Amino acid sequence: MLQLTNSPIDPAALRQQLVDTSSGALVTFEGTVRDINNRRDVTSLEYEAAEPELAENEFAAIAEEVRRRFQIIDLRCAHRTGTLKVGDLAVWIGVIAEHRADAFDACRYIIDELKHRLPIWKKEHYADGTSKWLMVDG
Amino acid sequence: MNLSVSYYAMLREQRGLSNEAVETDAATAGDLYVELAREHGLTLKQEHMRVSINNRMVNWDEQPNDGDTVAFLPPMSGG
Repeated sequence: MLQLTNSPIDPAALRQQLVDTSSGALVTFEGTVRDINNRRDVTSLEYEAAEPELAENEFAAIAEEVRRRFQIIDLRCAHRTGTLKVGDLAVWIGVIAEHRADAFDACRYIIDELKHRLPIWKKEHYADGTSKWLMVDG
Repeated sequence: MNLSVSYYAMLREQRGLSNEAVETDAATAGDLYVELAREHGLTLKQEHMRVSINNRMVNWDEQPNDGDTVAFLPPMSGG
């Protein structure tokens, strides 16, 4: 369900894993690296992840909550590790459900929880040569 | 007991390494952090962090056993 990868995320391949004839809605979220954060010029991002097993266990807990709260059929998530440039895809989430409302809500729930629960850390590198580990942001 | 301790992100940078073998009598994961923070001048507050034992998120009062891997997890920032 969760793919941590050091190479570019392939949304088309992930989407193909979410095929079900009873599905009436697919909602995806793509998080990308933006050029300005907290009014500072960002040149690149570095993602560090804990042991894949720990991240997978925590993602499984989030997925279980999602399935309890919303009527969904299936979900997938991919998250980058390593160094990313502005514009690169950092996280991809896809949810299929019979109806769109559950797909939207579940997708939103996953990204909101993931930001402060998945053992992944983001370090921003700035145009002035400095860098900083971030806490949960918006 | 002997534990393997892992540090990540800003904590890894503060400690200057990713993991180390630690011999300790700490009763809980929280006590272990206090012990290591004092020894190595780690400034992150426990209440802002989480901890895992053998790749499972646990509470700070969880007791590690000989041979366990304890990971200290700074405030996360995925997505």
